[in-house]
Amino acid sequence: MFPRWFDKWNRENPKDIYGPAIAIGVIGGAVFTATMLIAFGAPYQTDSLQTGPRGTGMSRPEFKTDLAKPDPGIEAFLASTSDPVVPQGGEETAGEARENVPPGLEGLTVENYDRLLAAMREWTGIPDLFDDPASYQTSVGHVMIGMTQNLNENWAGHVMANKEVGVTCYTCHRGEPVPSDIWYKISPVNESAEGWSANQNRVTMQSQYTSLPSDALEKYLLDGEIIAVHDLDSRVAGVPGTDGYPGIQQAERTYSLMNYVSNSLGVNCVFCHNSRAFYDGSQVTPQWGTEMLGIQMVLELNNTYLVPLEGLLPENRLGPVYADAPKAACKTCHKGYQQPLQGTNVIKDWPELATVSGEPDYSN
Amino acid sequence: MIEYQNIFTQVQVQGTPEMGMDDTGGRLSAERSGKPFFSTLVGWLGNAQIGPINLGMLGVVSLASGLLWFFIVGMNMLAQVGWSLPEFLRQLFWLALEPPGPEHGLSMPPLNDGGWYIISSFFLLVAVLAWWARSYQLAASHKMGKHVFWAFGSAIWLFLVLGLFRPVLMGSWSEAVPYGIFPHLDWTTAFSIRYGNLYYNPFHCLSIVFLYGSVLLFAMHGATILAVTRYGGDRELEQIVDRGTASERAALFWRWTMGFNATMEGIHRWAWWFAVLTPITGGIGILLTGTVVDNWFIWAQEHNFAPMYDGSYGYEAYGSYEAFIGQEE
Repeated sequence: MFPRWFDKWNRENPKDIYGPAIAIGVIGGAVFTATMLIAFGAPYQTDSLQTGPRGTGMSRPEFKTDLAKPDPGIEAFLASTSDPVVPQGGEETAGEARENVPPGLEGLTVENYDRLLAAMREWTGIPDLFDDPASYQTSVGHVMIGMTQNLNENWAGHVMANKEVGVTCYTCHRGEPVPSDIWYKISPVNESAEGWSANQNRVTMQSQYTSLPSDALEKYLLDGEIIAVHDLDSRVAGVPGTDGYPGIQQAERTYSLMNYVSNSLGVNCVFCHNSRAFYDGSQVTPQWGTEMLGIQMVLELNNTYLVPLEGLLPENRLGPVYADAPKAACKTCHKGYQQPLQGTNVIKDWPELATVSGEPDYSN
Repeated sequence: MIEYQNIFTQVQVQGTPEMGMDDTGGRLSAERSGKPFFSTLVGWLGNAQIGPINLGMLGVVSLASGLLWFFIVGMNMLAQVGWSLPEFLRQLFWLALEPPGPEHGLSMPPLNDGGWYIISSFFLLVAVLAWWARSYQLAASHKMGKHVFWAFGSAIWLFLVLGLFRPVLMGSWSEAVPYGIFPHLDWTTAFSIRYGNLYYNPFHCLSIVFLYGSVLLFAMHGATILAVTRYGGDRELEQIVDRGTASERAALFWRWTMGFNATMEGIHRWAWWFAVLTPITGGIGILLTGTVVDNWFIWAQEHNFAPMYDGSYGYEAYGSYEAFIGQEE
């Protein structure tokens, strides 16, 4: 391969080149890496939000690049919103001037009703919303307006927990007729099995792709089962799984729900809990209280507003297994963010959706 | 010149297969099966000779029983996905054969709600115990000490605590561990959380100490012997009875490093006890959980070793969500 004189010279001048080559390679590589890190910065820098006492590891880390990107929905929402027109008294009402006005909105001024209708059509991606009184979308829409108003007024403890944020149609719909991240009943998921064997160990959205039970949302956010897995004394008399004492199976089902919650909010366990004692009310964070309200809120949402839609929705909008109505949970609104639309105040322009009374407060 | 350079064995002996001695008057020879052969690949990691094997009656029982367990678990998984092989492969790590629900207690549950689990567990028990007995029998045949038998026994202790002793004491088979890749990991987490955080269980602490200690001792011993191999230190048995410069240097190294050294023989007792105590202490910890203590965190508070944080959380110092996402006004 090489000329003969080179091979001869090589033979006569033996030299260990591997030692120095490895040394230079290692040192050179380290210097190069260090230089790049200093010059361009660490590629995966994180920032974290402290959620508990120092030294306990309670924090929520995020990549800085992710933090720098706002939720794209914020921009779309801001483009769809408009300032309310404060009524001066004596205006024509929507109930007099417009047809097919959803119940509860008849008292709005025509200007505000038109404004709201245009926004709702954009938010839901249904261009002829409420045009046809015979359409199922109209009757579902009526329920949804009442639901939104109820959320903003009666569940302010959750949707306005930290500041005025509120919800509109857009919070869930994001411009689509069917909101993303809805769920249906699917349990039991296993064939040829009964009981606890039948509801777990499958890759499903409901189990967040874990092998934990796939019926957590159903049991805790629809049936209203108690979420509790610990004994509150160091020794109790009962047998777990019976006598009203939760078993390991309940712990797994709760863990499934908790996975769903944390993925829905883009947070981790220690956002709400001190992981050394998950159950301890004296060690949880303030967000835990907000979450508890949220769970009660979702229970009401599902049972009062969404399950009854079963009779209104066409077959192709119902669940694949039980033909049940689509249901909501954390991710339907939050979409992976700690606060929906990252805490954008969506209700300030829409006093019409902020109250169930039918008498919007335009004073703000 | 050939010398040790890495974990691969540089020198392989491949020749006439070594059939080994027989102290039993022909029984061992008669029970050996399989024609021995050599594998260069295996030779890099250990002895290049594969076989013959002395399976024996206990070995056959163990294999047969173990395979029964294996197939019962697999067929149950297959049944759960409607006998679909693609789904079986896709969800293999998620699938499991679960123990019965708590409502069945210690009674025989229906086959599709834990019954197969009980049946398969019986075969697993037979398989493991037969293999355990075999490790005694083979050691006796070779007129060896029974150290491997007892070490395996410590692992079996933990296995029995998890699947037999504790469920019986709790009065419910539902406390047992599911047979599945991810499901048994889920069980482990749920078990810890259900009983108030296993990290506050002192026997769990001990088990971790011995586990990590085993790793450390293994690394120290392996490194030491490799380092003195050039002085014949890898001939450990000779060095034990006739200490040479290899042992001297290894001992001096550690004594000058940390003031204390094990001996060529004693280091193996250290390693054996650390390894054996890992499942023994762990098994004690599991056995106490739910039978004696139902919430380890509260138990730890009562025994004054779970500290409470002084004063309030001071949430106001924690920085806001708005600042975190860069939207502070």
